[in-house]
Amino acid sequence: MVMSQTKSAFADAGPLADDIAVSVRGVSKNYGDVEALKDMSLEFPRGQLTSLLGPSGCGKTTLLKIIAGLLKPDTGEILVNGKPVTGPGPNRSFVFQDFALLPWANVMRNVAFGLELRGVAKSEREDRASKYIHNVGLQGFEKAYPHELSGGMRQRVGLARALSVDSKVLLLDEPFSAVDEQTRRKFQEDLLALVANENKTFIFVTHSIEEAVYVSDQIAVLLPRPSRVSEIIRPASFRSKSVENIRRDPEYLDIVDEIWASLRNYVE
Amino acid sequence: MWIKGYKLPAMSSLLVWGLLWEIIGQMGLTFFVPPLSEVFVTLFKIIGTPAFLKALSETAQAFLAGVFFSIAIGIPVGILMGRSRLLDELLLPWVNIFVSAPLTALVPVLMVLFGFGMKSIIITTTLFGIWIIILNTRAGVRQINRSLVEMAASFGASPMDAFVKVYFWAALPEILGGVRIGVIRAVKGVIIGQLLISIVGFGALFELYASNFLMSHFWAVLIVLFALAFSISEFLAYLEKKVSYYAASR
Repeated sequence: MVMSQTKSAFADAGPLADDIAVSVRGVSKNYGDVEALKDMSLEFPRGQLTSLLGPSGCGKTTLLKIIAGLLKPDTGEILVNGKPVTGPGPNRSFVFQDFALLPWANVMRNVAFGLELRGVAKSEREDRASKYIHNVGLQGFEKAYPHELSGGMRQRVGLARALSVDSKVLLLDEPFSAVDEQTRRKFQEDLLALVANENKTFIFVTHSIEEAVYVSDQIAVLLPRPSRVSEIIRPASFRSKSVENIRRDPEYLDIVDEIWASLRNYVE
Repeated sequence: MWIKGYKLPAMSSLLVWGLLWEIIGQMGLTFFVPPLSEVFVTLFKIIGTPAFLKALSETAQAFLAGVFFSIAIGIPVGILMGRSRLLDELLLPWVNIFVSAPLTALVPVLMVLFGFGMKSIIITTTLFGIWIIILNTRAGVRQINRSLVEMAASFGASPMDAFVKVYFWAALPEILGGVRIGVIRAVKGVIIGQLLISIVGFGALFELYASNFLMSHFWAVLIVLFALAFSISEFLAYLEKKVSYYAASR
């Protein structure tokens, strides 16, 4: 109970400048005539999970890829720990919607691939990969190939790869949308544990309202045409509750309803 | 194929065609088709002779060199064309022209440029094999899953690492398909080179046997050549099968 109060007090106070891991400042991005993002500004508190939530076409994946350095913004800038982003860097790692595993490499090599690209020696990177393979619950599958794994297990490989490079910022692009419902629920619970245990900043793109409210410390609701941040919601009371009580919490239900009310007009 | 519950080994239909050949040969309809048995007798008679071994080694050298250059140049060029818009615009028209051009007509030009020796034969072989390898590699690289490319970039892959560790492997099923067709075309290239440029190797044997109406010798060398080309092609098809486990799930 004490914890919950400190946590909500902290939320009410708002994050300090020093506690901002990633800030997006006036970012615009056009694809030809299509405005994908228009003058977007957003801040991501350190050590917390922020969701980017919105209907398709609101530019949430575009924003995530700009933060990753995979796309260049037309105007504006991204600051990670106060330093501007010019391209991909070791302080961010990416989890892909379609897992993006090397189909010709086994689980061990896939998990260690981020480290391999960074020139870490084989024995050391396999040590570190083993640890994260264990963490995501894939021990015993080190020698398996991606086509032998289920969708959920493949995404665990993708997650372990992103964790093993030990970036302070984790970017997740609809990571659970290609796995089945039950696996997804398990993932969401595991993600909460991950946010609590790893001292990392998570930026999480999703189109599922329930998922966003369930896992997030902060939810940025994005609206399309022109793409903008319509509101930022910080759930206060249920974040500290155990995973099985969240979905029954009145605040959880209220926030889900509130977000749906503001999004429903934008869904074709 | 299955007959009455028994599985026939692959290519057993060749036996039927072989039998037909034997019958036509035994009927003595034309000097052009000696009986198959006679061809095989000749085959075993000439296969150890110095003339045959010399022809085999000359042909193998030119062929292997030509295939080596086709692969060693074709794959990197194909990968670069698949990844770079500019290179693609520059080179694609030429590749398309050469892949469909009647290259035999170019051989006299090569003779003028590079002389009448091995060099011209190797270049002819390379020209026959390389274009389809470039095109297939390019096609393979262009269909690489975009998120694999982004994955490599997001973990900070150097261009060299991205090529060697991601693009090459992701395009490997298509590359092997291209190499298989390229190698078959290179067999054509090496024989045409040997016939047109300088009369050496198997080309010389063909020329010798055909002009002296030694038909069973002619067919014997042809069978050896077909068998070699077929084995190489089957070996590459086997390699292709080995990577097919991931070709479907890229």
